[in-house]
Amino acid sequence: MPSLLMGALLVAWVPVWAAAGDASRSGPALGKPMSDASAEVSPAYIAADGRGLPDGSGDVDLGRELFAQHCQACHGAGGAGATADALSGAEEPLDSPWAEKTIGSYWPYAPKLFDFVQRSKPMNAPGSFSSEQVYALTAYLLYSNGIVEVGTRLDRATLSHIKMPNRDGFVRCYPEPEPGDPAWDHCFP
Amino acid sequence: MQRRRFLKSGLALGTLTPLAGTSAAMEYARPPWMNEPGAGFSNYGQPSEHEKAVIRWISANPAVAGNGVAWCPLHALAGMVTPNGLHFERHHHGVPPIDPVQHRLMVDGQVARPLSFSVEDLRRYPLRSHLGFIECGGNSSAGWHREPVQTSVSYIHGLISCSEWCGVPLRILLQEAGVVPDAGWVIAEGADAFAMQVSLPMDKAMDDTLVALYQNGEAVRPENGYPLRLVVPGWEGVLHVKWLRRLRVASEPAMARNETARYSDLMPSGKARQFSFSMDAKSVITSPHSAAPVQGPGHWQISGLAWSGRGRITRVDVSVDGGRSWRTAELMEPVLAKCLTRFQYDWVWDGKPTILQSRAVDESGYVQPTRETLLSARGHNAEFHYNAIVSWAVDAEGAVEHVYA
Repeated sequence: MPSLLMGALLVAWVPVWAAAGDASRSGPALGKPMSDASAEVSPAYIAADGRGLPDGSGDVDLGRELFAQHCQACHGAGGAGATADALSGAEEPLDSPWAEKTIGSYWPYAPKLFDFVQRSKPMNAPGSFSSEQVYALTAYLLYSNGIVEVGTRLDRATLSHIKMPNRDGFVRCYPEPEPGDPAWDHCFP
Repeated sequence: MQRRRFLKSGLALGTLTPLAGTSAAMEYARPPWMNEPGAGFSNYGQPSEHEKAVIRWISANPAVAGNGVAWCPLHALAGMVTPNGLHFERHHHGVPPIDPVQHRLMVDGQVARPLSFSVEDLRRYPLRSHLGFIECGGNSSAGWHREPVQTSVSYIHGLISCSEWCGVPLRILLQEAGVVPDAGWVIAEGADAFAMQVSLPMDKAMDDTLVALYQNGEAVRPENGYPLRLVVPGWEGVLHVKWLRRLRVASEPAMARNETARYSDLMPSGKARQFSFSMDAKSVITSPHSAAPVQGPGHWQISGLAWSGRGRITRVDVSVDGGRSWRTAELMEPVLAKCLTRFQYDWVWDGKPTILQSRAVDESGYVQPTRETLLSARGHNAEFHYNAIVSWAVDAEGAVEHVYA
């Protein structure tokens, strides 16, 4: 099958500004140094492998209560069937013509679920959940997707060790693979 | 009023025949607005009161007013530039009411000198301009559906707009902070309630990415990121982080929700394309359209937009027979890289049902694929980056309908 992108990759790109001799253009250096931008001061950054997760813990039961209170109106009871994205309940696998993408079927990294809930939720007061509440909601969402057992309590160590079913489901298409690279066929079918 | 009615009946007869019955005396008569003083000045001009129908159409979550999109009315616009008030919107949790005096842009992470910039600081930097499109990665996603959606061209393809973005080259700010060698990514964060976070490769950050302060000459509009947004020429919209507040230099991408669970393209194999940043060549006919039927046989101007995230559009072909034959359309100057390009084609309709299509070619040689080619490669579940040829059926009455052909 001819590649949809074959033409595009044959062009050698020259950055416009580099060609124009602009790369040496410097600025007036007006930024204020943040001398105290240490790990303690800057907001926690939670990596895919769990680095940066805070102290504390939360369990499925508390998560269930919080979900009913803060999330269910848009995401539906149990995490599906309302106005917002379905969070759980995928039955069709990802290679089905009717694939269903949920946290359980699609998200590659459990700590990033914590990260997203902590930064963006709840809807009416984003960023207001405590670490315990975010651990609890994460536990409940993983439970509702059949990834942890009822009664599970999550903390930094346990959450970091969860391997999501779709961990290996993503192929990086940037930097753009060269023809012959196994990723080529995947990225530019 | 009399004059307008004459024009209308003239159109119905077809514009190739001379208009009959036009009275020169009536044409030359002084219209009422020439007989009284006009209105005074205005501090900020608004469109004519006769243009009230030209608006963005909003599709939002009923429970969360700021989560959804507003579609750009492509069918009602001409040329290549989008008026600021009509630029498409995609917000994940509303438009923040940012005070520019309090707003800061932080550059931190793997840098020698973490820096904080005020908006006033950034306005003193050397600026660069990019006249180009921003297209949501989910634009045209209805194309993945198994049946053609019956709605306006703008409700399917209107998550694209084109502006002159003016701002500070991101490279300058990164160099001032002192990026450590091997730091391959910049994680950008917005100051919205969603705390939008996505990862930008360092080579793109150092190439043509801007921290934009101005949109078509004025401060970036609130719904487009006031006071600062990233502009990442040719790449999908989500990377153009609005209300930009933090750039964290890192060795690895964030793997945030919006670069894994969303804005990734699920392929038939069950694996997803991740970091599929570039918006590939695409075109769409915006006139005639479903709300403006072809009013009888005769001469009509087919008009539309073409663009490519990989450079200039070199050619647009138009078919007026469902893809059996293709003719080269006229490209309206200027034709710029990673920018909307307007095409036009003189069409004489014989009054028989037919199908109109357009096909873009860019300077890399890439040809906009047929729907069949795209779907056979990517299935139905990719959700993002739909760029196949779009087909519009014209029936014997001139009505225009979205079809798969």
